[in-house]
Amino acid sequence: MKILVCISKAPDTTSKIAFTDNNSKFDENGVQFIVNPYDEWYALVRALEIKEAGGGNVTILNVGGADNDPIIRKALAIGADDAVRIESSTEDALSVAKQIAEYTKQNTFDMVFCGKETIDYNGSQVAGMVAELLNVPFVSLASKLSLSGNTATIEREIEGGVEVVEVTTPFVISAAKGMAEARIPNMRGIMAARTKPLTVLPAYSSQNATKVKAFTLPPAKSACKFVDASNVEELVSLLHNEAKAI
Amino acid sequence: MAEDRFQAPDYYNLDELLTEEHKLIRETVRAWVKKEVSPIIEEYAQKAQFPKQIIAGLAEVGGFGPYIPTEYGGPGLDQISYGLIMQELERCDSGVRSTSSVQSSLVMYPIWKYGNEEQRKKYLPKLATGEFIGCFGLTEPDHGSNPGGMITNFKDMGDHYLLNGAKMWITNAPIADIAVVWAKNEQGRIHGLIVERGMEGFTTPETHDKWSLRASVTGELVFDNVKVPKANLLPNKSGLGAPLGCLDSARYGIAWGAIGAAMDCYDSALRYSKERKQFGVPIASFQLTQKKLAEMITEITKAQLLTWRLGVLRNEGKATSAQISMAKRNNVDMALKIAREARQIHGAMGITGEYSIMRHMANLESVVTYEGTHDIHLLITGMDVTGLSAFKNDGTQF
Ligand SMILES: Cc1cc2nc3c(=O)[nH]c(=O)nc-3n(C[C@H](O)[C@H](O)[C@H](O)COP(=O)(O)OP(=O)(O)OC[C@H]3O[C@@H](n4cnc5c(N)ncnc54)[C@H](O)[C@@H]3O)c2cc1C
Repeated sequence: MKILVCISKAPDTTSKIAFTDNNSKFDENGVQFIVNPYDEWYALVRALEIKEAGGGNVTILNVGGADNDPIIRKALAIGADDAVRIESSTEDALSVAKQIAEYTKQNTFDMVFCGKETIDYNGSQVAGMVAELLNVPFVSLASKLSLSGNTATIEREIEGGVEVVEVTTPFVISAAKGMAEARIPNMRGIMAARTKPLTVLPAYSSQNATKVKAFTLPPAKSACKFVDASNVEELVSLLHNEAKAI
Repeated sequence: MAEDRFQAPDYYNLDELLTEEHKLIRETVRAWVKKEVSPIIEEYAQKAQFPKQIIAGLAEVGGFGPYIPTEYGGPGLDQISYGLIMQELERCDSGVRSTSSVQSSLVMYPIWKYGNEEQRKKYLPKLATGEFIGCFGLTEPDHGSNPGGMITNFKDMGDHYLLNGAKMWITNAPIADIAVVWAKNEQGRIHGLIVERGMEGFTTPETHDKWSLRASVTGELVFDNVKVPKANLLPNKSGLGAPLGCLDSARYGIAWGAIGAAMDCYDSALRYSKERKQFGVPIASFQLTQKKLAEMITEITKAQLLTWRLGVLRNEGKATSAQISMAKRNNVDMALKIAREARQIHGAMGITGEYSIMRHMANLESVVTYEGTHDIHLLITGMDVTGLSAFKNDGTQF
């Protein structure tokens, strides 16, 4: 099986969130970037498990600049065989999906794994768009995937239950929690990643189809108010007038 | 123990001095520690047991001989990577770092540097995977700061050596498969010998009731007419300089490790002081608390810079023993002071196993003593800058 795992970077969850350029751009100053957890913990690790069980190859694909190389090396350290970075500064979902689709057309894969969303912008769009552009089936929010020959049985968590889907290769999935258990690289993996191939390709022609006008932060959490257990009247009045919850 | 919420301080953006691989190595060890060691360390320290189940993982994340070349089963990392691994291990517990330091710098290092090819091939790969655990016997009941006075000795019996004597305070001794033992030959010259568990007359009684490094095992090495094959003598270096060369490597790791312990105490104190309210406000808003926190981060930042520079010098093969002494002494003392101040900030909570502070503080009391005491390192710096030895009261050279 040839598996393509698409990864993107995301700010570490402890990062301070701020914006520049009139609140239209995320301020990356001092931010530590990690591999987007859905891509790393679920998409990549499940791909590696499939390869370990039945052979094959796991390729990492990232669309972005050279500042993404550290997260690509981490994915290689965890166990991917090789990596490709498409040098591109476009960042909306459609332009990224077009890059991935173009690359995938020219280099055949049996399966394309993405994470269900990135933890920064939560777009959840790229994987579906890639499938559409490739004209292959797409299964979103995959929480389990088992393979028999060319047929994959995939579980999806849906509201109140589980849906089981069957699909044959080639296909695209977006991986969610449950697919696999996060792996910590080991020193041998980190050493091996030094020499694994990372090919940088020029961008396929594409441009942003959407433009971010502005980001706003949620209102700061106000301090808790304590109301004496016996003072029900005050509680009701606060819920009514201040919290406007009742 | 409460959940491990550690976040490393980097006040001077020192990460910019590290390579991406250094950072990946550090994050890897930190993630492994948080997943595998933090949840159990308090329990093992309370029980005074070494958590043997972490050995395989410790090997995987490079805890055993990080700088040992790949041909001998090590990962062949540089000295800064080694330092960062020690920092992350000691961030959790000095005992875990001790296990790793001893195996790496006091067992694998001498076999690699002073051993022959056969010895390297025989022992290093197994030590790198943790299949073998090693220990290092230098200190004796009557010879601590003055190891050159040791009385453990061996005689050449023609086809083997006969080893007699005893070592004390030996980390990993009770669980060790092999011991690198320093002993005098008939001419009084110090040599290293590899003693294996199972050799007749060799025992390793455990030292009980420690209040420090409780998650690391300590014991004695007793040699009662032990027949050691001649092939087990480390041929390539002898004299006191041989064990001291190992100590340089271990002390360098300790200088990094101590920063880890200090960071953990600072991080915990900073978080606690912002959450804990007294007199209606967080205790972090009091000037006296801020003084403690501000001084802690200042000292940590200074130690980070000192140690990073020492790492660069070691990578270039230029660090002197005296420079390593300065870093070990400064950083362990810094960590111990920070642990004590952080303990105060945590109030009564600081004495419980809910927080790592008291464990760090108690651990650091060993770290400030082993691998050359605080005062001995001061004398090394003193001798280095004056050219005069103050080790003996007669003013002779060391
Ligand atoms: C938990 C633990 C683990 C250890 N693990 C190992 C190990 O794996 N292998 C090993 O070989 N050893 C090990 N040690 C031993 C350690 O290295 C010694 O304890 C240390 O070298 C000090 O020796 P000592 O305890 O005999 O103290 P002493 O040398 O008796 O010193 C007592 C005090 O006298 C001071 N002093 C001594 N000489 C002078 C002087 N010339 N001038 C001024 N002050 C002086 C010292 O600074 C100290 O304060 C370990 C110790 C501990 C606590």
